[in-house]
Amino acid sequence: MTTITPTAKPGKQRGIEASRARTAVWLLIPTLIAIVLVAGYPLYRTIFFSLFEANLTSPDQRSYIGLGNFWFTTDEGVALGFLQDPKWWGAVQNTLLFTIVSVFLETVFGMIIALVVNSAFPGRAFLRTAMLVPWAIPTVVSAQMWAYMYNDSFGLVGRGALGGVALLANPTTSIWAMIAVDVWKTTSFMALLILAGLQSLPSDMYEAADMDGASKWTQFWRMTLPLLRPALLVALVFRSLDALRVFDIMSVMVGNVSAARLSMTAYARQALIDNQLLGLGSAVSIAIFIIIMVIVVIYVTAFRVKFD
Amino acid sequence: MYLKRTNPTLYYLQRLGFYLLVVVIALYLLVPFLWAVLTSFRRAGDLFLQPLQFMAAPSTWGNYADVFANPNFRLGLLYSLITAVGAVFIALLFGSFAAYALGRFKFKFKSAVLYIVLAVSVFPQIAVLGGLYTLINTLQLYNNPAGLILSYLIFTIPFTVWVLTSFVRDIPGELEEAALVDGASPLQTLFRVLFPVMMPALVTTGLLAFINAWNEYLFALTFTSTKRTVPVVIANYSGATQFDQPWGQIMAASIVVTVPLIILVLVFQRNIVSGLTAGAVKG
Repeated sequence: MTTITPTAKPGKQRGIEASRARTAVWLLIPTLIAIVLVAGYPLYRTIFFSLFEANLTSPDQRSYIGLGNFWFTTDEGVALGFLQDPKWWGAVQNTLLFTIVSVFLETVFGMIIALVVNSAFPGRAFLRTAMLVPWAIPTVVSAQMWAYMYNDSFGLVGRGALGGVALLANPTTSIWAMIAVDVWKTTSFMALLILAGLQSLPSDMYEAADMDGASKWTQFWRMTLPLLRPALLVALVFRSLDALRVFDIMSVMVGNVSAARLSMTAYARQALIDNQLLGLGSAVSIAIFIIIMVIVVIYVTAFRVKFD
Repeated sequence: MYLKRTNPTLYYLQRLGFYLLVVVIALYLLVPFLWAVLTSFRRAGDLFLQPLQFMAAPSTWGNYADVFANPNFRLGLLYSLITAVGAVFIALLFGSFAAYALGRFKFKFKSAVLYIVLAVSVFPQIAVLGGLYTLINTLQLYNNPAGLILSYLIFTIPFTVWVLTSFVRDIPGELEEAALVDGASPLQTLFRVLFPVMMPALVTTGLLAFINAWNEYLFALTFTSTKRTVPVVIANYSGATQFDQPWGQIMAASIVVTVPLIILVLVFQRNIVSGLTAGAVKG
């Protein structure tokens, strides 16, 4: 009945495979073009300009200075490289502080909220819904809301709780005030991801543990936490990367000039856009890019995060 | 359960503690937002009142009237809508093509493409800011919503590709095979067979990408001067004089921008959780 000869089959099969591969390439082309246009080419240009002294308004009039944007001292002893600028190192320090503290607090609070919402009680649906509210609010809006709450003559926190302290006026207190904003805004995101992880855990395992007389505390440390590890780690990576890129909160709450002391991104943007220093700004951007990539590699290798 | 019989005092104490925690969490999550809503309904002169008097003060729609009378705000809403819808439309179209290829087809360099897409989604936006600025200037798209749409593709496309790919993988292959046997081309299969099945995924992904585009600040601040989107308008909202911060109006503008998002998020609650976990937990 079958007329296909054994020798013809592999050839035909290969033909189908090849044509499907060609189709796949066609389907990918729009996305690949878009990625090259908005990510690949601009990244290449940023790397390119980081080696030049150039102005943003006339990028064609540039002079090659090698790594001078990173480190350069003139004959008169004036330090021009951004790595010699204490303000840059202040921004790095503040960004790292911001990232470590806010991601830590978000994870702890997110875990507490997720555990509460995961247990059965009247009002659970309400809390689950309330959880989505801070997450749904645009970052700029939550920054303005909190700037108002921190205001020393009107604010619920600034005037009410602290009795007229201008938290945002002082760099040492403002970084903590901003950490509080970020924690409020994104704890929900952590809680949602942890909750999704919790709901995938088998309930019969907990019944068995109850029978064996394990306390809730033991169950949490010995069962819940280890099983949640993969979900928790990926959430941690994404939150950390977001926090390292922080810009909106700081720019809105204290303005771009003060923000440049608190956030690496704001420092780079100030050099690049406000001061029009295309070369220097690009060099700073590349430094941030390298810092973030190093942290990604550390995360992925240290915790063996799998993305598939 | 056992505790209720063996030690009722401890049981009820535990329950009390639990409900206290629930109340604290609810207040923590909601009070800042509710306070902003309240402020948006108060006159400028009442802002100085003590909290209890402030709550009891008469309400007014005045701030909302002022906000909508502000041409910058109205235009901001329009530009935000244009850029967010534009960026999401392109991202969904391109993203679903790519997701179909990545989820259903076998070819060389497939995992390389997936990793590139993932790498772009963890890109710090600042790393491309200078390059994009010169590109947008060269294309003469500065202060043009089209320039913003283009720049927003850097985060909407990787996100849609990644999330949709994981949805495409979960669709049973028989559907597509049946279409292929009937002689449908890959594009026909995608549009006629997979799109209807993927509708919930497209809505969820589109909504999440829309929220991200609606909220974007860095590019909007940098690539526009007068045709600003709503986050930039709100961040720079100023009153009659330079030193007067019109908090009532700022809060009213904030509520106008936020309430539609909150409604969308509440309506699509379940989808959003699955979209977020597909996008974030799986990668």
